[in-house]
Amino acid sequence: MNIKQSKEIWAFLALSLILLFNLIFTQGFFSIEIRDGRFYGSLIDILNRAAPIILTATGMTLVIATGGIDLSVGSLMAISGAIAAVMISNGDFPTIFLFVVPIILTALLGVWNGLLIGFRGIQPFIATLILMVSGRGIAQLLTGGQILIFEHQGFELLGRSYFLGFPVAVSVALLMALAINLFVRKTAIGLFIESIGGNSTASRYVGINDKMIKVSAYVVTAICAAIAGLIMTGNIRGADSSHIGLGMELDAILSVAIGGTVLEGGRFHIGGTILGALVIQSLTTTILTLGVPVEITQIMKALVVVLVSFLQSENVKEIFSQYFNPRKKALLTPIEKQIDDSTKEVLNV
Amino acid sequence: MSEINTFRPAGLGYRIFNINKTYLPMITTIIVFLIMYSFACLSHPMFFSLRVFVNFLISNSFMGIIAMGMTFVIISGGIDLSVGSMVGFISIFSAYLITNLEIHPLSAILICLLFGAAFGYFQGFLIDRFGFAPFICTLAGLFFLRGSAYVVSLESIAINHPTVDAITAFAIPLSQKISLPFTALVYLIVFLIMLILAGFSTFGRNVYAIGDNENSAILMGIPVSSTKRKIYMLSGICSSLGGIVYALYTFSGYALAGSGLELDVIAAVVIGGTMLTGGIGFPVGTFVGVLIMGVIQTFITFQGNLSSWWTKIMIGSLLFVFILLQNIFSKTAHK
Repeated sequence: MNIKQSKEIWAFLALSLILLFNLIFTQGFFSIEIRDGRFYGSLIDILNRAAPIILTATGMTLVIATGGIDLSVGSLMAISGAIAAVMISNGDFPTIFLFVVPIILTALLGVWNGLLIGFRGIQPFIATLILMVSGRGIAQLLTGGQILIFEHQGFELLGRSYFLGFPVAVSVALLMALAINLFVRKTAIGLFIESIGGNSTASRYVGINDKMIKVSAYVVTAICAAIAGLIMTGNIRGADSSHIGLGMELDAILSVAIGGTVLEGGRFHIGGTILGALVIQSLTTTILTLGVPVEITQIMKALVVVLVSFLQSENVKEIFSQYFNPRKKALLTPIEKQIDDSTKEVLNV
Repeated sequence: MSEINTFRPAGLGYRIFNINKTYLPMITTIIVFLIMYSFACLSHPMFFSLRVFVNFLISNSFMGIIAMGMTFVIISGGIDLSVGSMVGFISIFSAYLITNLEIHPLSAILICLLFGAAFGYFQGFLIDRFGFAPFICTLAGLFFLRGSAYVVSLESIAINHPTVDAITAFAIPLSQKISLPFTALVYLIVFLIMLILAGFSTFGRNVYAIGDNENSAILMGIPVSSTKRKIYMLSGICSSLGGIVYALYTFSGYALAGSGLELDVIAAVVIGGTMLTGGIGFPVGTFVGVLIMGVIQTFITFQGNLSSWWTKIMIGSLLFVFILLQNIFSKTAHK
């Protein structure tokens, strides 16, 4: 019963399938070497590359749970990376500033998203589209349209260094996800978020400050995206404004969907999201190691989206239950059902 | 939405906004275009010429064609994110058909259009029958088409065919030096068809009805299901036509063509005064919206000292202003 209800099970199954496939077809996929006190291997590589996805997807989970969506995460990553790179090349700031300032400035952009959505009631998809389009322009403006290359010992710690043999980025991502999960689950905030995703108006009448919670969800996402941007910038030792985080919004949304969070909002599962991010990255890595053109991943992602939508769709469930239970079939034809639903909706029953 | 409707006596503000509710966004768009265009003409005298204006039509023709289809999708309350990838796929696919498989260009064009229609219809089918969110479903379409484009060919393919040369050489002379080439002509023809479709056809009226209130549309007996599928099919046809125009315009197919185009197209439609909540919007507005994008791009080229990223920032800011205006309009109209 417990397993049947668990939403994470699908992501877990998908991940196991991909790993099983690799166990059989890819030689040395599971081998982990220790060199210079660091772990090396495909699995570590997957974790390392999944770290930015885990971070942004964790924030995205909260946003989607409130019934929203944040398309601007990719651009926010580019902006935070660009700010850090500009700071490094233009002055001698203490290392801590290189992390704090980009995160705070990017968080302000999250406030902007939240204000448009929470307080003005603009559709999330559209409101964040503004920053998605202009954000990358702002990042390019900051770096002058070039790839700003830098060397900075302290800053690179986040993206390149290892802690206890594991990449620091992975630990940061997982810690962040864990902290957010603990925070929303051990306080009432998680419940508030789910209630807003279920019915925003009803939540307001119950006394939940839906506007502020929506704003905070977007701020948290912006902070997560900022950290992800710093990781990627530190990793390549350069701010590549036109490519960092490109397409990240799609990966993040996909991770959330695979993780069992319904895209219409409501219940959310951060654990599932982390698994979802790992599914996406291991899929990409598998395709890479197979020697198939990496572009195939996009087709795979498309099929995964359709599959997940099928699993989440209420209509599909009904069609199937009608198919297997012919007595139900006689009740309503699709058109009749549509009319029935619309009547209820119009009458507000 | 679950707003509580209370009866209020119609005040002046209510009447003004209610009368103009449908046209106000579009009128704003036209005013913005005139202001921007005259500003550009004042700062660069060369801007005010027929050649520059025709160039707006030529360089943005494929975007405009796609935006026409997108207008219908957005009026119906949906969204189609797959258009940019469709351009990439169709451009490489048509080049592959013509150059590698040596199919006659006209049949290749027909195949591409049929593919676009079928793909669009399939997306509409998933959205309508299984209740997929349009945003998610067409996102999958975006991935799928882009991936398929790479599968066809990673390298760009050149198109060399006498028929293609004949098609692209066709132009209507406007003056001694300036003529309206075939890309602009296709755009204008599509624009005319969409004008008729939106204003004078049952399909167009159904689209507006669905966008305004889908439930009432169902209860009124409007064929909502089939109309929805047709809307996405129309968008598919428009975007594949855009891809063909792109391929013929550049004489080549390239898998990366049109990446990020969907956002420019949505921006053009929104700037053109189509309400994202559905129900309100006109092809004329979209046409002006595309012109505004053209003015921004051309102005930045004329200015010389502005870099290309200013285009993104400008489009983003315009998008913001228009979305905010829409937001204020719709709130005023509801009260």
